Amino acid sequence: MRPGRWRRAGRWLVGRLLGALFVLWAVATLIFFAIRLVPGDPAEAILGGPGSQASAEALDSVRRQYGLDQPLFVQYLAQLGRLATGDLGTSYSLRTDVGRLLLDQLPGTIGLALLALVVAWSIAIVTAWWATLGGRIASAVSSGLEVVASAVPHFWLASLLILVFSTRLGLLPPVSTGTPAGLVLPVVTLAIPVAGFLGQVTRDSLLDAAATPFALSARARGEGPSGLFVRHLLRHAALPGLALSGWAFGSLLSGAVVVESVFARPGLGRTLLGAVTLRDIPLVTGVALVSALAYVVVVALGDLAERAIDPRGRAA
Amino acid sequence: MTALPDLPRGADPARASSSRTARRRLPLGPTELVAAALLSLLVVMAVAPGLLAPADPLAVSPTDAFAGPSLAHPFGTDESGRGVWTRVVHGAGASLTIGLVATMIGTGLGVVLGVLAGLGGRGLVGRATDAGVSRALEVLFALPGLLLALVVIAFTGPGAVPATIAVGLATAPGYARIVRSQVAAVRRSPMVEAATVLGRRPGLVLVRHVLPNALAPVVVLATLGLGQAVVWASSLSYLGLGSPPPAPEWGAMLSAGRTYLAVAWWMTVFPGLAVVVTAASATVLGRGLARRGRGGRR
Repeated sequence: MRPGRWRRAGRWLVGRLLGALFVLWAVATLIFFAIRLVPGDPAEAILGGPGSQASAEALDSVRRQYGLDQPLFVQYLAQLGRLATGDLGTSYSLRTDVGRLLLDQLPGTIGLALLALVVAWSIAIVTAWWATLGGRIASAVSSGLEVVASAVPHFWLASLLILVFSTRLGLLPPVSTGTPAGLVLPVVTLAIPVAGFLGQVTRDSLLDAAATPFALSARARGEGPSGLFVRHLLRHAALPGLALSGWAFGSLLSGAVVVESVFARPGLGRTLLGAVTLRDIPLVTGVALVSALAYVVVVALGDLAERAIDPRGRAA
Repeated sequence: MTALPDLPRGADPARASSSRTARRRLPLGPTELVAAALLSLLVVMAVAPGLLAPADPLAVSPTDAFAGPSLAHPFGTDESGRGVWTRVVHGAGASLTIGLVATMIGTGLGVVLGVLAGLGGRGLVGRATDAGVSRALEVLFALPGLLLALVVIAFTGPGAVPATIAVGLATAPGYARIVRSQVAAVRRSPMVEAATVLGRRPGLVLVRHVLPNALAPVVVLATLGLGQAVVWASSLSYLGLGSPPPAPEWGAMLSAGRTYLAVAWWMTVFPGLAVVVTAASATVLGRGLARRGRGGRR
């Protein structure tokens, strides 16, 4: 490992960290000012919205307690200061610490998303490999999956799976309890649309890679079809999919909002949905910040994986 | 690329080398024609629902509740005895309008942002604009998909109009990124260079050469995006954040059907099928147009 390489890695890391900080600052700022742009009194929102008919004294005391009587800029700096120390504030609706709440909800959603990602990549690679072997059925299945991926809403897929596997066959529980069986339907629901997109790009690049001179020379050296696939083509095939990891993460997370709601599974998505319905701004801010951070991390990891797989990018 | 012997079947070199660039101009194939026909049918449903379903989508008839599919009610009836077929047909207008308006908001914003960023590059102001817009897009991408839409709804409150705007805003960054790279690519093309060398004014070059070529793919993207917008809008309604229940809107119908999934599967299956048929037709048609565009233009 030469020093130049370390310096490059360091520069990459610093760039990523600054980028992440910028994104977090921007999300926090956007949300802070969006609240002030929307008609409605934040103090009233804290007390449960316009329907709560809060008294003037109650509103006043809330304003003082939350610093809403301060000038806007002071409030903004105070909010940034709190966020910088990791204090995400108190949820309006649940009256608990947002940071703690999100820490409790995070593992369930991350586990669900990771499992779905593994399943999606497996489906994508198998269908792509199958498509290179040729055959009308393989290409029909994979192009069918692509259309499904782009056209089927998560909630409908979930409902159909529940209808078939829970209501009719009674094989799997319709509610995602702590058991492994309860995880199957949510994971499959999340994985199928992502698999469709990943499968499509993977198949395209796999076919392109199979037609290159290096694939021919590998075959000429006596490499069999599966050896060629595993040792040579898979590397190329995985690249465009990895470049889409930010997109895949987005699909998994927005899917998680729906899937957690359908399968009554606790998690980040369901927390966000509840917070949006109740207009619980600190909780919405918290989920937005956590998912933005997660997004930045996932994109950075995808970038790292791409560099590990593709030596061409490293030389530059 | 020269022809290679003994390729895996399905991987002919013409296809492999041309998957992105030179495909010949194809007429719409049978799949695309079916998609176009289905979309036309949906438009008929939206414009004149009475033609296909003369009954009143809001008329309640409790004695007919939860009837399975039959001749009188091909898609069955819901919890108030209203025909699901009637409501799906009458819901096409609302659902398609939401999808179309959201797509228009998304592409409109995306084009403005993308052109602003793509035109930057030379000059301090241009570079600053490009950097600013690109950074802003990065921030929006960090709240992907439905997440941005949900955050928007947290401020506006639920309803059909907020959901439409939210979906539009959520799709804008994707369009903006593609428009930006298109504008940047066209600006560097020999054609634009020639026009500049010939002494055309920059504004004229922009309007006559850069924009028409950079924005042509947006039509295709909007067709593909329409399906996505319909799906997202229906998801928001399903989550109870879009059109409120009595309205015959697909997402709202699905939201109502959720409670009765075990007793009345038709309340979930058919409105969902309407969403899927709409989105799939738009996708298939968009892909067809994209394939045509790649062969025809450039």
